[in-house]
Amino acid sequence: MTYDVLFDLGLAGVLIAIAAGAVFARGAFVSLVLFMIYGLLLAIVWVRLSAVDVALTETAIGGGVTGMLLLGAASRLRATKGTVAKAGFPARLAAGALCILVSIALGIVVYALPEVPPTLAPMAKENLASSGLGNPVAGVLFVYRALDTLLEKVVLLLALVGVWSLAQDRAWGGMPGLRVYAQPNSILVFLAQVLPPVGITVGIYMFWAGANRPGGAFQGGTVLAAMWLLVMMARLREVPAIDALWVRQLLVVGPAIFLLIGLLGFVFADSFLAYPPDHAKPLIVIAEAALTISIGVTLALLVAGPPERMRQ
Amino acid sequence: MKFAIDIFTIVVVSAGVFFFMAGTVGLLRFPDTLTRLHALTKVDNLGLGLIVFGLLPQAQGLLGALKLLSIWVLVQLSGAIVSQLIAQATQRPGRQT
Repeated sequence: MTYDVLFDLGLAGVLIAIAAGAVFARGAFVSLVLFMIYGLLLAIVWVRLSAVDVALTETAIGGGVTGMLLLGAASRLRATKGTVAKAGFPARLAAGALCILVSIALGIVVYALPEVPPTLAPMAKENLASSGLGNPVAGVLFVYRALDTLLEKVVLLLALVGVWSLAQDRAWGGMPGLRVYAQPNSILVFLAQVLPPVGITVGIYMFWAGANRPGGAFQGGTVLAAMWLLVMMARLREVPAIDALWVRQLLVVGPAIFLLIGLLGFVFADSFLAYPPDHAKPLIVIAEAALTISIGVTLALLVAGPPERMRQ
Repeated sequence: MKFAIDIFTIVVVSAGVFFFMAGTVGLLRFPDTLTRLHALTKVDNLGLGLIVFGLLPQAQGLLGALKLLSIWVLVQLSGAIVSQLIAQATQRPGRQT
């Protein structure tokens, strides 16, 4: 027991130190690397809190995709050096004061938490069996709060539309400016040939296992996105133009099927996003399979960035 | 028997942790990118290898052991290739090592 406490204290200490390092680092690159390490350590914290689903998401999104997005942003910023103005002293003072205020408010809220937190967990567990799912997190995502999950996927698409809207007019509908390393005999090509079969299997397994164990569409989709990005970066496959029909179809297939199942709920069950009692699990698995694909394609294209060049 | 297995795990995992520490010290203290990469490979190969080896007898069944081994193989693969890529990047003109 005491060893656990020691480990947790050490973990929390390292986490705070790395967070401070990320904030105070001089260069954007160092700051970002520390941020990615922070994401990975945070995943261990979630495991310690027995929230393995969250830990997987944190590793995939917090450590992986967000890190890549920010690295892309940092290299773009470096290319436009000289146009970045440093914030003045009053602005920095205001930002600091705001941060302190938020920290104090959070501290007060945490201190005021009730001794025994109000929880819906027992109720959620009790009714889980009727959905046919074994993982309570999947139950919350696809049964109790299905509307939130649907909207979350739509928000992801909106984010991609936001990235695409940064395109210049002449490049619209063209290919994203993902940096590729096109050296024919590069070791990266070898990795991009060896790793995807493993990664795709892991991605599909994560989605499939998500019904009964930690995992799910988001984690699986992120792994698939990583594999696709690897293949594109090694230039084994070209980055697709954003107006390609198959790209658009894969982007919307997940939310569309989820929405369709939701609408069918009006007919075969009693409300929107309600499942007919005997077919809940197959419907959820179909929706999750489609969502895994859409999430994978969306995340990969988010990293690939706005279109920059037209098709040759 | 159980006691002997536990002792084996403790000794081998400790040896792995030692290589992790040595590699980290090297990463912090060595003067340039290539020597730092050299330090890092010790962590990947020996450090993680010994920890996985030490944990194998504690694994839950054959499947658990296979999972541990596949983690080691994947880290080996990615570690070796990423080291190569970083080393290549330092060879490009205009880069500081």
